Amino acid sequence: MALNPTCVGTKYPPAHPYPVAAEAIRRFAEAVGDPAAVYVDPDAARALGHPDVVAPPTFPFIVVARAMHDVFRYEEIGFDPTYIVHGNQRFEYTRPVRAGDRLVTTLEITSAKTLRGRDVLGLRADLADADGAHVVTTHMTLVSMVPVDAAEGGAGDDAQG
Amino acid sequence: MTLRAEHVAVGTELPARTVTVTRADLVRYAGASEDFNPVHWNPRVAREAGMPDVIAHGMLTMAVAARTVTDWVRDPGAIVEYRTRFSSPVVVPDDEHGAYLEVRGRVGALLDGGRVRVDLTVTSGGVKVLGEARAVVQLGLPGQPEAPAEPGEHSR
Repeated sequence: MALNPTCVGTKYPPAHPYPVAAEAIRRFAEAVGDPAAVYVDPDAARALGHPDVVAPPTFPFIVVARAMHDVFRYEEIGFDPTYIVHGNQRFEYTRPVRAGDRLVTTLEITSAKTLRGRDVLGLRADLADADGAHVVTTHMTLVSMVPVDAAEGGAGDDAQG
Repeated sequence: MTLRAEHVAVGTELPARTVTVTRADLVRYAGASEDFNPVHWNPRVAREAGMPDVIAHGMLTMAVAARTVTDWVRDPGAIVEYRTRFSSPVVVPDDEHGAYLEVRGRVGALLDGGRVRVDLTVTSGGVKVLGEARAVVQLGLPGQPEAPAEPGEHSR
């Protein structure tokens, strides 16, 4: 399998809306070990000016992952997904995700390179609410740990999933 | 209670934290995030992928580090941007303690409009696991109300 460089710029149709349940936020906050009241108690969230409980800053990633599952196939662009690790991640927020949101994610391939014998894919995801208003944009790189050319030797020092 | 820009300077340290991550935490995070990549729970697959053992989800480490910022600023809505590079894997041994993450943060720059950049240092066993981990945070400005006037608005 070889990563197809012409995939850069591919923009996928919007994924199915992701309804954000308060219970999913609670479960996520618990899983990352954060007991802050703003994630579970609507009154605490309202005291900070939010209409309902908000999600921790990295929660949008799971919405993006769900959207990828929905609209995106690694095989179509020649990226081997057998062992994927995460290279980098960035979030740019207009506001925090909150309970009751129905988030629509639009994915775009922003880069496709082979670095130190590993295919590295760059993706951008824009998340909008039911009114079409921007909520958060994420940028990430994903690294396939399957060597493109075994003779080039290992990279693997810039990624952890 | 709003953290205000005038109370913060370059070099202001955020409270340091030490967080443990066990195999059970990885399973819980896998379920909550629906990320069932086996390098985070199956030692055989982790080794096949070139890792010494099961490694933590990079996004779990990033989330653990984020709490240092949100605890400090109180309102997650104050975070404007958050980024990192995953520079080294967090290997999670199969024992009762798991891996230790040391999270430190300091104000690295004062930006326009009451925004500050927080630089995070996250290490495990003395090895830096996140590279260039940075959050841009909107702090309160002098003369602003403590809480937003309009319900539904947030402090940005």
